[in-house]
Parts: sequence; structure tokens; C-alpha cells
Amino acid sequence: MAEVNIQRLEKHYGAFHAVRGIDLEIPDGEFTVLVGPSGCGKSTLLRTIAGLEEASGGSISINGKVVNDDRPRDRDVAMVFQDYALYPHMTVANNIGFGLKARKMPKAEIEKRVGEAAQMLGIVPLLERFPRQLSGGQRQRVAIGRAIVRNPSIFLFDEPLSNLDAQLRDEMRGEIKRLHQDIATTMIYVTHDQIEAMTLADRIVLMRDGLIEQQGAPLDLFERPATTFVAGFLGSPKMSFLPGRLGARDGQVGVAVGEHFMPLPQGRAPDTVKGEKSVLLGLRPEHISRAQGEAPTPGSVRYDALIDLVQPTGSRSYATFRLGREPVVAELQAHDVSRAGQKLALDINMNRASIFDAETGRAI
Amino acid sequence: MAARGSSFLSQRRLASIGRYLLLGFFLLFVLAPIYWMFNTSIKPSSDYLAIPPVWFPDEPTLVHYEAALFTYRGLQGIINSLIVSLSATALSALLGTLMAYSLARFNTGGQHLSFWVLSQRFLPPVGIVLPVFLIYRNLGIHDTHFGLIMAYTVFTLPVSVWMMFAYFRQMPKSMEEAALVDGWTRWQAFWRVAVPLAAPAIVAAAVFAFIACWTEFFFALVLTGRTAFTLPTVFRSFIGFQGAQYGEAAALAIVSLGPSIVLGVLAQKHLVRGLTLGAVRG
Ligand SMILES: Nc1ncnc2c1ncn2[C@@H]1O[C@H](COP(=O)(O)OP(=O)(O)O)[C@@H](O)[C@H]1O
Ligand SMILES: [Mg+2]
Repeated sequence: MAEVNIQRLEKHYGAFHAVRGIDLEIPDGEFTVLVGPSGCGKSTLLRTIAGLEEASGGSISINGKVVNDDRPRDRDVAMVFQDYALYPHMTVANNIGFGLKARKMPKAEIEKRVGEAAQMLGIVPLLERFPRQLSGGQRQRVAIGRAIVRNPSIFLFDEPLSNLDAQLRDEMRGEIKRLHQDIATTMIYVTHDQIEAMTLADRIVLMRDGLIEQQGAPLDLFERPATTFVAGFLGSPKMSFLPGRLGARDGQVGVAVGEHFMPLPQGRAPDTVKGEKSVLLGLRPEHISRAQGEAPTPGSVRYDALIDLVQPTGSRSYATFRLGREPVVAELQAHDVSRAGQKLALDINMNRASIFDAETGRAI
Repeated sequence: MAARGSSFLSQRRLASIGRYLLLGFFLLFVLAPIYWMFNTSIKPSSDYLAIPPVWFPDEPTLVHYEAALFTYRGLQGIINSLIVSLSATALSALLGTLMAYSLARFNTGGQHLSFWVLSQRFLPPVGIVLPVFLIYRNLGIHDTHFGLIMAYTVFTLPVSVWMMFAYFRQMPKSMEEAALVDGWTRWQAFWRVAVPLAAPAIVAAAVFAFIACWTEFFFALVLTGRTAFTLPTVFRSFIGFQGAQYGEAAALAIVSLGPSIVLGVLAQKHLVRGLTLGAVRG
């Protein structure tokens, strides 16, 4: 059980500034996911928490105690590495028990704990094998077993699923989430995959260029992104961004995209609009649906779209059309759209649209 | 169809015959001198340069072995060589592993130290033999095992370090890091994880070091005398005023092959992996 408190953390690699002043609080028992594009400093942050990298500035505390100068072994953390990092010259049983041996646990106790962990992960028949005799998924389980058996106060994961094929990845993702539900230990999980982040996290910390761009519950970030970067990073297919002008027309506040004026519903519109302002209108595919009935539902805008690309996925189809000059993707029922070139009336739900300042990229 | 099939077959057969011929020729090329050495070592002296050559002596004899090992003190040379070579190899492997690890993992000495280590091999050994000789005499370690062991350790270190440095550098760090997080110290992670994983490179470097020590002549000649002389220096005595002692030279050469063969067989598995520098790591 442990909470982590990070203050103004910095990490330099020579002249390169990999982590540029991060403040982060991770409550006890929470599943925190560090997500962001490759190279944004996620692994560096995680490895600094583990003690594998030395902080260049700022502090890291675990349960209120500053651990900057503690060795990894004194921090009571366990880590699962991207390449699993199993010890190739040891059997699976010895791999899992290696950390207990370091802590001078009696042999019988080690065997018992290794057995329990193996049971839990379904790898009992593999205990006498060597890592080279295992499949990727099995190696992954051993790596997790090596962490579990230690019963650490914090679990650290660095992209543990990225070397698995898609199906296995989904399966293991579920197991990791279940593991957290069962043992409720603090977990910090690094990934560049936004779906992994959304599905696993109690809280997402979205990073960019060594800084935290936004943090919060997954749905908060998804529905109320603070910047275009966050909005574009979460969600697939991506949110479409339409350059437009925010202003009032006929007493109604809305966004003009090309000659198309899209009124914003009460509550969604900013209270005061002085003149006009360049903005980006952010629309997610699921905010657009096929028009039903004579008039659009309140808060929606009807648009006669000319579909120019259809991508069926089975249950849903992604249809691309142009609004003004920009391509927009809509997520429709599979049977609502058949082919490119089709004309289709669509309702765009402006209640859920995001509006960003075109210059700063920040949400309005 | 049939005609084409059979011509294809015979082509394959031709290719395989060609391959065996080539291999046979190569084998002959390698083994013939060894055979001739062996043959000479058991010939009576009168047959050395006989024309036509004697392919196998009518009355094989072991007198040359006896003379080489005892009269010329070849046995003492072998014992000295084993003491010196094994000690220097062990030291070179131990110090080399530590140094290579430090260079690879902690970037000790920045960009240049690792290359500086290798550059020590660019110096022709002849260039330093006189000063070393004088220093050894003043220190009183001339003609001692210890002195030669020190010299050989220093000579073999650069190549040992480089072989292992290259191996450590391409070895993923994450296994040692896993050990650190698992609760081991850096020193323990080194011995329990890094060293076992680098075994192929350590063995390969040790074999190279041993061969270099086992065959070294020049420094052994200058730094030793009646006591600590090594095997290669014994061969010097076979060429004298009364002509060359071919039989004795051949006999001692055959004996000196022994350790190399034993070593080669023992280390073969590791050697290949060590020399490919982990490219085929399983
Ligand atoms: N040991 C290192 N030396 C120099 N630069 C590094 C080192 N480790 C990481 N970096 C750099 O720091 C940045 C962040 O790296 P990392 O934390 O691994 O990113 P992420 O895990 O988010 O993909 C990258 O630009 C990377 O090149
Ligand atoms: Mg990373």
C-alpha cells in the first residue's frame, strides 16, 4: 500500500531535457496510466520512480518519505518491463523467486509463494522451463508473476503488452485490470496506446514533451479535453478539427465553418462573445448520427453530407464527408450508409462538440 | 522430362562431389603439416631429410620426446607456461570483465577511454621491452612467474576488454535492472545476472588470451632465464651450432598442441557465440 507524491521532477540526459518539471500525486490503490506519444518521457518518469534513473531535480516521495537517494531495492516497488527482462539462465520458478531470494526468505516459503503466484497466473506446468522455451504470452505471465510474488507496495509497468499480438494483448489487458481489482495495490502503467489507457486507468496522466498535458478520469479527458493535443490523442478514429469562427449571428452564438453556421446550444456556448474569434471546432465520430425525423433533435445541427469514403468495421461504419473544406468522420450504424458518393442527412450533436482557441489550442 | 530430371540430378551430384573434393583438399592442407611434424618426431635422426622422403618410419622411436622433455627441459617449460598462461588468463578475464562492464554500463571515462584501451595494442611490443626488462631487474622480478604473469595480463587485457565491452554493450540492460528492482545490489546483479549472460564473451576472450600467452616468445625470452622460462623459448635451443634438432623440435611441438586442442574442444560451443558477439543470442 503506498501513495506517491512527485514534485517538480526534472530529468536531464546530458543536454536533453526529458522530464521538465512534473507534479503528480498518486493516491494509494489507484491505477494510474501514463500515456503519450513515443519519446514524451513516460518511461523516464516511471524509471525515476523505480530508482533506475536518478532525478536531476525535484523530489519523489513514497508514503511521505523522500526516496530520491534510495536504491531501487529499498523502494519496495516491482516492475514489469517491455521486453519482460526474464533471466534467461534461470527456470521460470527461479525467475519468479529471485526477488524473494534477494530478501533472504527461507527456501520453503519461497517455493510456497512461487507456487501460489503460478497458480494465480495459470503457469504451474511451466515452472521448470527456461524463458527461451516459452511463448510471448507465457513470458508476459512470468514477468507479472515475478512482480506479484513480491507483494510490493507499488507495481510499475512499462508498456508490458506492446510485444504481444492483438488478441493476446486484449486478453492480458483484462487480466491486469482484474489483478488490480483483486489486490487493489497502487499501479503505475506506461503505454502509448490510448485504448489501453482508457480501459485500464482510474486516472490518465497524458504527457507531452516531458510535461503533463492533462490528467483526470478517462471519461473526463475524453469528453472534456483541455487541448487539441489531448482531444486528438484520445479516441479512434480521431476527433475531426474544423477551423471556423466563433461569433453571434441572429442573436445565436455558434461557429461558422466556411459558409455553414452551426449554432451552439445554451450552456455549451460561452456566455459572452465579443466580436468574432478564430477557433477549431472538434467533432468526434460518435457525435454525428444519421438524421431521424423532420427536425434535428435539440442542440443538433442537420447537415446534408456527400459521403466520400466508407470504412465498415462490422457493427459500425465510419463514413467520411466534407464540412466546408475539412474532412469529418462520422460513426454510423453499419446499414445506414452503403457506399461512397451517397447523399445522407446527418445530425451533428453540438452539445458534445469541443471548441478550441485556434491560436493556443486550449479549450474554450 | 526424364532427361531434364536426370541432368538435374547429376548436376546436384556433381556439385556435391565438388564440395567434398574442396573440403578434402582443405583438410589435407591443414593436417599435412601436423602429420609431418608427428612423423618427424618419431623418426630416427637419419631419416629427417632422406630422399625419397620417409612417409612412416620403419622403426618409430620416442628418443626425441625424451630428449626434448628432459635433456632440453621442455617439461619444465610446459609447466612454467601452464602456470603463467593460466594465471594471466584468469586475471585478464576477471579484470577485463569488470572493466568492460564498467565501460559499457557506466560509460566510464566518457567517449574515449574504451578506445584508448584498445589503442594500447597498436604499440609494437619491441618498443617497450628494454625498459620493462630494466624495471623488472631493479624490482627483482626478472625470471619469475609473477613478473611474466603481470606482463601477459597487461598485454592481453586490451583485446579481452574490447571483446567483452562489445558484448555487454549489446546486451539489454533490463535484466540487470530487473534484478536491481527485485532487491539485489548492483554488485550482486553483476555477478548473478550480467556475468552468466556474458559467459560466451568471457570464454571467448579467455581463449584468446590463453593462446596469446601460450605462444608468446619475445617477452618470455627477455624477461625470463634459467628458472621461469616458458615453452616457446625452449625451441630456441633446438637450433644450435651442430645443426637443427628436428626430431626434438617436432616432438615438443606435438606436445604443445595438447592444451590448444583441449581448450578448443571445451570452449567450442561458447567460442562461436562469443565471437559473433551475441548476434545469435537465443
Ligand atoms: N539514457 C538516455 N540517454 C539519452 N536520452 C534518453 C535516454 N533515455 C531516454 N532518452 C530520451 O528521452 C526522451 C524520453 O524518453 P522515454 O522516457 O523513453 O520516452 P517514452 O517512454 O515516452 O517513449 C526521448 O527523447 C529519449 O530519446
Ligand atoms: Mg517508453
